[in-house]
Amino acid sequence: MPSALPLGDPAPADGVLPPQAAVGAGERGFSLYAHIPFCAVRCGYCDFNTYTATELGGGASQAAYAATAASEVRFAAAALDASGVPRRPMSTVFFGGGTPTILPASDLAAILAAAVDAWGLEPGAEITTEANPDSVTPASLEALAEAGFTRVSFGMQSAVPHVLKVLDRTHSPGRVPEAVRWARDAGLDVSLDLIYGTPGESMADWRASLDAALACDPDHVSAYALIVEDGTKLAAQIRRGEVPETDDDEHAEKYELADAVLAEAGYAWYEVSNWARGAGGDSPEGARYACRHNLAYWNGGDWWGIGPGAHSHVGGVRWWNVKHPTAYAGRLARGESPAAGRETLDAETRHTERVLLGLRLASGLPVADVPVEGRAAVAGLIADGLVEGPAALRGRLVLTLRGRLLADAAVRRLLP
Amino acid sequence: MSPMARTAPVPAATDPSIIRNFCIIAHIDHGKSTLADRMLQFTGVVQPRDMKAQYLDRMDIERERGITIKSQAVRMPWEVEGTAYALNMIDTPGHVDFTYEVSRSLAACEGAVLLVDAAQGIEAQTLANLYLAMENDLTIIPVLNKIDLPAAQPEKYAEELANLIGGDPADVLKVSGKTGVGVEGLLDRIVADIPAPVGDAAAPARAMIFDSVYDTYRGVVTYVRVVDGSLNPRERIQMMSTKASHELLEIGVISPEPIPSKGLGVGEVGYLITGVKDVRQSKVGDTITNLSKPAAQSLGGYQDPKPMVFSGLYPLDGSDYPDLRDALDKLKLNDAALVYEPETSAALGFGFRVGFLGLLHLEIVRERLEREFNLDLISTAPNVIYDVTLEDTSVVTVTNPSEFPTGKVKEVREPMVSATILAPNEFVGAIMELCQGRRGQMKGMDYLSEDRVELRYWIPLAEIVFDFFDQLKSKTRGYASLDWKADGEQAADLVKVDILLQGEQVDAFSAITHRDKAYAYGTMMTAKLRELIPRQQFEVPIQAAIGSRIIARENIRAIRKDVLAKCYGGDITRKRKLLEKQKEGKKRMKMVGRVEVPQEAFIAALTTDESKDKAKK
Repeated sequence: MPSALPLGDPAPADGVLPPQAAVGAGERGFSLYAHIPFCAVRCGYCDFNTYTATELGGGASQAAYAATAASEVRFAAAALDASGVPRRPMSTVFFGGGTPTILPASDLAAILAAAVDAWGLEPGAEITTEANPDSVTPASLEALAEAGFTRVSFGMQSAVPHVLKVLDRTHSPGRVPEAVRWARDAGLDVSLDLIYGTPGESMADWRASLDAALACDPDHVSAYALIVEDGTKLAAQIRRGEVPETDDDEHAEKYELADAVLAEAGYAWYEVSNWARGAGGDSPEGARYACRHNLAYWNGGDWWGIGPGAHSHVGGVRWWNVKHPTAYAGRLARGESPAAGRETLDAETRHTERVLLGLRLASGLPVADVPVEGRAAVAGLIADGLVEGPAALRGRLVLTLRGRLLADAAVRRLLP
Repeated sequence: MSPMARTAPVPAATDPSIIRNFCIIAHIDHGKSTLADRMLQFTGVVQPRDMKAQYLDRMDIERERGITIKSQAVRMPWEVEGTAYALNMIDTPGHVDFTYEVSRSLAACEGAVLLVDAAQGIEAQTLANLYLAMENDLTIIPVLNKIDLPAAQPEKYAEELANLIGGDPADVLKVSGKTGVGVEGLLDRIVADIPAPVGDAAAPARAMIFDSVYDTYRGVVTYVRVVDGSLNPRERIQMMSTKASHELLEIGVISPEPIPSKGLGVGEVGYLITGVKDVRQSKVGDTITNLSKPAAQSLGGYQDPKPMVFSGLYPLDGSDYPDLRDALDKLKLNDAALVYEPETSAALGFGFRVGFLGLLHLEIVRERLEREFNLDLISTAPNVIYDVTLEDTSVVTVTNPSEFPTGKVKEVREPMVSATILAPNEFVGAIMELCQGRRGQMKGMDYLSEDRVELRYWIPLAEIVFDFFDQLKSKTRGYASLDWKADGEQAADLVKVDILLQGEQVDAFSAITHRDKAYAYGTMMTAKLRELIPRQQFEVPIQAAIGSRIIARENIRAIRKDVLAKCYGGDITRKRKLLEKQKEGKKRMKMVGRVEVPQEAFIAALTTDESKDKAKK
């Protein structure tokens, strides 16, 4: 997750949420996010909350981490109980990082088991872990499947060595198909994460990465434009002129290429940066392979995020944990909430978020969710080719390809 | 060496023979204020514990910029050979824009201390003021300051000064305002060399106003030099130019705080308060007389201040317009040269067209508006006044390029100035090139010393109001100095260049230029705007045109990507904050047709490159 935390209101030490969190909770799903803040190396573009040292002090070492994270699971269950939020079985679980698979599969299994112990699982629950192609083996993937994981998302990023080098990724391109095969053998669904627009990446390079990804026959592909975040090594390299700047027009072209190549191969977009195999029909996100955890974010679902710097959302209350693993472990050891700050969204802000997040989905944003002041803008968006006309007539705002690339601009036009 | 005076002469009862009125002529940062501070200290009018650096520069801006905008007069006692004298130090503004105020200050004196930095030599503005002082027959005491500096070259510059005013380099005093060395000797020289004022004590009162300052608590404080007769408390006085009369509520001397006195006699310098609230009722250069026994003839030399440079001032936030109006109304109380009238710009909204004496005056007013009144402003590129004669021989006076007539124009006349530039001789070529490029005609060149040259040009004012001084400084590594004064007008082939965004004219960017430079302005401005205006969801052509003829064109390509690709780990808050920031940014956009133009683009496009670079640092 991004390195800078938002500013918000103080969060109480007992973790109890304001009353609005419990309102209507019974009708909403519940998800869990588990952040694993460790990596073998820090990649040059990365500003996520992750650490390469194996021995952080105060209960924050990699070895102690699973126990610490499990203690937050127990804290979470108690805090939600105390907040009057009913216990619901988890519909999705997502382990992200960092590199979750830098921990032994047994550690990830232990954290998951603690959560299942606290909340239980919905039948058919989606349980994903991110993984670096370098940090898995057939045995570790077997063990994850054994523990209940259903899905693995590999950080492939690119299939082109010089691009991987700029990104500081350590794996060799050949490792990805191998890792995918092992995951398949273990019975896991597979997603591949790609990054486009890396300095020095040509259109042909990007095409090669897309082709290589498709050759692995994944169930799901995420393609993210490289964002050069302040404070990263890559930002410094660009500032010093060692690496060329990224270019938004080129990003747009690469996005268009990705969408065309993926569609051709039978993957449909269900969110601006996500494509799933076999999606189709009226409700692409209902497709078997769309990432339901991801959709919970865009649909404003409830989730508890455990781990340092993790974000949570329950019934219009958002909070985020302290960033450093040592501070995080210390809070939990004292029986205190690890939250650094939180915000309680008012009706207007929730409305804003609904537009902001809903418009990114292929299922579209119900016109009824657009504030009255923004309705007049809808015709303009259709006229400018950002929104599908026929879908709008049926009451949903669905972005066109051009509109997906200008989604933020479209949101600004819809909001007062 | 003289001691501090044991008893100071009493105002209103001081014989003119023991009065010495002098001013200090110096360039910015040649150390005038520091020297003045030292004089206040040595004469005992300021106790050491009350001393603050640059005591006489009241306003913060003055202190920060090291320049004196408003002059004041301080009375200091000084004893020479057992006689206590009254020394009146009249502070003069140091900058080219305030020539008229300087001339009135000089007219209040019999002598001038010519103060020059011993490490830098004389500068053009000092030279200009020195000419003014010599025209007024003032006795000049040449002084080199900062002789304590390692880089000081007192011998070299003593020779330069001696050459300029005639005399022996040995007569040039050498002081350090910082350490105080030579300051007492200077005070003695002032008593010895500067003539005592002469006037007729029995004649009807005549006093010249050499400055007038608005004070929130006291109203207008007027500084005067009495020439004939005397002024006394509770009398009614009359302004000779307007015949308006006022009661003298208070009269006194500054030493260095105001001290009421029983009046002011022949040759004395002091202040008076009548209760008026606007400096326009107490004009610099006017003569004050006694209402019951008025003088027949004024002292002469009075002029109304004449604005030379105009600029549109607009609040960044349109709702600040009333505040801007109030602020200008307040500043006007203290600035007789400030003129303004409301104007409307399609691009910038409601604002004022403001007239200034020159660029520094513009900058000072703008800075005071921003700092003292907390306003964020956009100012349009400064322009001069044009007289446009149409085919039907009617004449239009244009102070705003957007008012330039569109019909058949017979002749356009522009104001001209005489400019004096002083610089080391190695830069003569670069300066000549610059001046010729700005349509200047060379009027002469003189060597002040072996390696310093004075160049004189007749040049359009419009050519020097934009970035001439910055260019001059950069082409001479900062060594050149410039002075100018208005000097007639000329007919020239001038045209208006308009800038169009998607076919819509943006009035704030229209400019009047010489026909030969229209293309350069057009390409410069269109290229600049292409950089400054963010890409929109559609293509935006930017054109420069003379009338309907397009002379330059640029294109802003449509934006293709405006979406944050990832939203990692559910940090929705950050994404929302980004949206809020973007929306905030959108609010600060001005709409030109369908095109969103950021305020910053207006500011940057209207700013010269040099000042833009400064802002970046």
